[in-house]
Formats: sequence, structure tokens, C-alpha cells
Amino acid sequence: MHPFLITDNWYDLRDLGNLSGRLLELLDDALPFGLVYVLAALIGFAASFLIFVLPSQLIVGVYGERKLIGRIQSRYGPNRVGPFGLLQPVADAIKLMQKEALTPKTADRALMYLAPIVFVAPCVLLFAVIPFGPNMVFADIPVAILYFLAVSSIPVLTTFMAGWSHNNKYSLFGAMRVVAMTISYELPLVLGMLGVVLFTGTLALQGTVLWQKELDIWLVFLQPIAFAIFFISASAELNRTPTDIAEAESEIVAGYLTEYSGMKWGLFYGMDIGYAIAAAAFGVTVFLGGWTLFGLEKWVPPWIIFIGKTHLFYFLFIWTRGTLPRLRIDQLMTFAWKFMLPIALLNLALVATERMFWIEQEADDSIVYAFAIINIIAAAAAVYGWSRALGYRPEETPLRPRLVSEAGGFVPLESGGEGAT
Amino acid sequence: MEGFGVSLAFWILTGVTLVAALGVLASRNLLHAVLFLILLFVGMAGYFVLLSADFLAMAQVIIYVGAIAVLVLFAVLLTPRAGRNNGETRMFLPALLLCGTLLAIILFVITDTNWAVADESPSVTAADLGEALLSRWVLPFELASVLLTVALVGSIMLVRSREEEAEDAV
Repeated sequence: MHPFLITDNWYDLRDLGNLSGRLLELLDDALPFGLVYVLAALIGFAASFLIFVLPSQLIVGVYGERKLIGRIQSRYGPNRVGPFGLLQPVADAIKLMQKEALTPKTADRALMYLAPIVFVAPCVLLFAVIPFGPNMVFADIPVAILYFLAVSSIPVLTTFMAGWSHNNKYSLFGAMRVVAMTISYELPLVLGMLGVVLFTGTLALQGTVLWQKELDIWLVFLQPIAFAIFFISASAELNRTPTDIAEAESEIVAGYLTEYSGMKWGLFYGMDIGYAIAAAAFGVTVFLGGWTLFGLEKWVPPWIIFIGKTHLFYFLFIWTRGTLPRLRIDQLMTFAWKFMLPIALLNLALVATERMFWIEQEADDSIVYAFAIINIIAAAAAVYGWSRALGYRPEETPLRPRLVSEAGGFVPLESGGEGAT
Repeated sequence: MEGFGVSLAFWILTGVTLVAALGVLASRNLLHAVLFLILLFVGMAGYFVLLSADFLAMAQVIIYVGAIAVLVLFAVLLTPRAGRNNGETRMFLPALLLCGTLLAIILFVITDTNWAVADESPSVTAADLGEALLSRWVLPFELASVLLTVALVGSIMLVRSREEEAEDAV
């Protein structure tokens, strides 16, 4: 055995699961009954805060996002507090805590108080099933993908509670929009995930990672449609900016957050980033190989690979937020039902056929590379063909700048003659 | 599953579920009642976890909390006079009668049935469920999907306006 490869020894810090497991065993022997659970929670909180929450939530999530969006929009972003403005999130948090949390007289006080708290809990729960390394997964349950989908449907109800409790019509608009959008986008999302599950044959996240590791291919190549659908649906359900119709400032003030102030608003803001990071971690685990990196995970700590990948995935969210214009609600709904749903169904049929072929012919595992090529071509063809069938037309050689209404996100084919030149 | 933790979880879940059920009955505000109902669904999912039925628990949360509860919220919001005081209604007595009868039947069935007690908990995975649904129970499964399609088409037919039908006829 190679001397530098990752081992199961407790002192091998390249997999922190070994150390924590050993530590808990020792503590369980030494301490009276049950106390180890309390200690484990405290140790786990401290460790996860140091290696994950602090870099992800504060530095990448708040600071990095504002800085990057600033750069995208040709401005500096935060640069006053601390070196390079790095202490800006801390200053913001202190400001939010000092601010008075107002409650309108006509609001439903109990619900308005409860909503931010209920909003935080599922975000923490989501990370329970995310594998950070071979042994670094808190709950390796066999239905982890379903668990993730289930728990991530709870914050929708919370945003609804928040929006309704204000007794303010803009809040209610925001809440209704969240709910309507979630119903629409959950469908293609689940259908896309179904394609992935059909391929891997497991609902466990660790199993998905190991499957990709064994076959040396990431599912993003096998399932490009599912990946795109996941990214767009997650973006829509997270209310990230190109699709944040639930809190569209230009239309309905701040949607379900209109009446919140102080730390109640801060919890929503912070946990929006938390959910985005959770979605990024989920996407990385399912589509981008999780903690593996084509053999490099034997040398570099897997959790560093995983966190790095998660942050890169989160960068995609920031990028789309900084560059794409916001969609209208009817455009978003039409896109979910008329575009993503049929394509997701097509993808599902394709995957089922391939999987059946793989099993029936008892083909070699290297057939996945052929599937990958087929699926990438099929994905491009499906997206192009279906958008042409719906009447979306790409403009190949724009000769002059024009208004959106002129060039058109949506130009029906029969009247296409005028828009094209 | 056995042990102190599981018993504790069971009693906590029971408490939460009972409080939620009472909340559904007692809350005067219709929306609060729906939210209590959602809490009840989550409690039921917890029971499924305690019974080692992971897949059922997750399905319970996805379907009941994620989809049905949201639809119920929609329905409540679109109901005229949903914000009225829910305590005053003429349906109180019939509802009480119906619930009492139902409770009596369920209690009778529970006490009367000869429950088979297994020594060890059976492990049923999602794959087992899927195989059973698509082999032995394929007919009810397909019937259910046909039923859902019919419901979908029917609801679209119900809400279509005359103008839209006139447009399509052209």
C-alpha cells in the first residue's frame, strides 16, 4: 500500500470522519449515558463552523457574492470594513442585530415571529445527508435524495407563512408567487432527478458519489438535461435573482420580506444563502462527483475538494445573478410547464431505454461513455428542436442593437420574418 | 428500532402530533388550522421513520407537506370568507356525528383485529417497493395513474372559460 494514501487511522486528518468517530467512541466509554450526544453536537458545531459555515456562508456567500457582482457590474463592491472589505459581513450582522424588528399592528404576530425560525431549521437539516468524504457523512440514509427533496420543500411553506402573516398585499403576492412557482418547478426537478436515480440505481447520496467514482464519469456528462433542469429549478426555488419573482423589488416591494426588519430579515437573508449553498452541495454531490476528483481524492483531503467544488458551483449562481435579466412571472411559469417538463420527460424516456439496454445486453461498464456522447447530443438536439417547435428563434447574426420586444424572447414562427433582419 | 432515544422520540412525536391535531380542531383561523395540519403530517412522517419505513416517511413529507398542503393553502386562500371566524357554522353537529362514528369504527377495528407481531422488523427498501408496484400490483398502479390523468383533464375542462373553448373551436 502506498504510504501517502488516505487510511482509516484516526490521526489521518484527510478524512475528519475517522477522527470524530474515534473521539466519540472514546467519550462514550468515559462519560455517563447520553452526555456524548450533547458533546458531539457542540464539537460538530464548532468544527463545521470553522471548516464550512464560516468560509461558505460569510466569505463566499455574503462577501464573495457582493464583491463578484460588484466586479460584474463594474463597481468595487464592499471595500471599506477591514482588509479588502472582508469584515463587511460581520459589520452587517452587528447592524442587523441592533436594528429594531418591527411588527405591524395588523400582522399575525405568532406566525410572523415563527416564520424565520422555521425557515432556518430545514437548512441545517439539509446538510445532514451531504457526504463531505468517504466517512464524513452524518446520516448516510438510503433515501437521501428523497430526503433532500422533502426537506427542501418545507421552506416554501415558511415563506408562505411569512408572506401571509404580514397582512400586507405585497407580501401575500410574494407568498402566492413562491407557492405557485414551487409547484411548477418541483415537477421538472423531480423528473430530472429521476433520470439520475435510474442511472445510478440508488437513492443514497454516498452511493451516487461512489457510482461516479467507480465508473470514472460524472453524472453531468451522462445527464446534461437533468443538470440544466436542476440548476434552473434550484435557482427558481431559491429565489435567486434571475428568477426571484417572489421578492421582485421593481414589482412587489420585497415580496414576502416586505415587513421584516432587523435580525428577522437577517435570518431570511442568511438562510437564502445557506439554501443556495445546500443546493450547490447537492448538485456537486449528484452531478459533479462529490468529493472525488478523478483519483486526486486519495492525496488531497476529500472535504477540501468537496468544499471547493461547492463554492465553484455557487459561483454559477452568482454569475447568473449578475448577468441575466429578471424574468416575468408568466415567462417563468411558461418556461417550467412548456419547456422544461417535456424535455425532462424526454430525458427520462431516453435514460430508461439506455438503462434497459445496459442491463439486458449485460454490456460492459465502459458503455457509459457511449451513453454520455449520445445524451449530450440528444440534449442539444432536444433543447434546440423543442425551442424551435415552440417558436423561440436564436438570432445568429445580429446586425444592430435592438429592444427586447423587437428581438423577442418569444417570437412566434409565423410572424418571424420581421424580427429576424 | 429500540432503545431509550427511540422511545423518547416516540413520545415527543406523539405529543407534537396530538397538539397539532387538537390545533386543527380548535383554531378559529382557517389558515392556522391548515398549518397545524401540516405539522400533523410532519409528525406522521416521524412515525414512519420510527417504523424504519424511510421511503414512506420521505414520500409523506414530499407529497403531503410539499404538495397537498400547498394546494390546501391555495384552496383556503381562494375560498371566499376564508378569514371569517371558523367557530360559527351550522355543520358542527353533523361533523361531530360523522367524526364520532368514524372514531368508533376505527377503534373497533383496532381492538378487534388480530395483529400479527413479527420478531424482527422487516427491511423494505425503495427498490422493493418499486418492484412490487411494477410487478404484482401493476394493475392498481396503472389504474391510479389513469385516474389521476382523468382528474387532471377533468379539472382543466371544468375551469376553461367559454371564450377559450370558442377560440379552440375555430
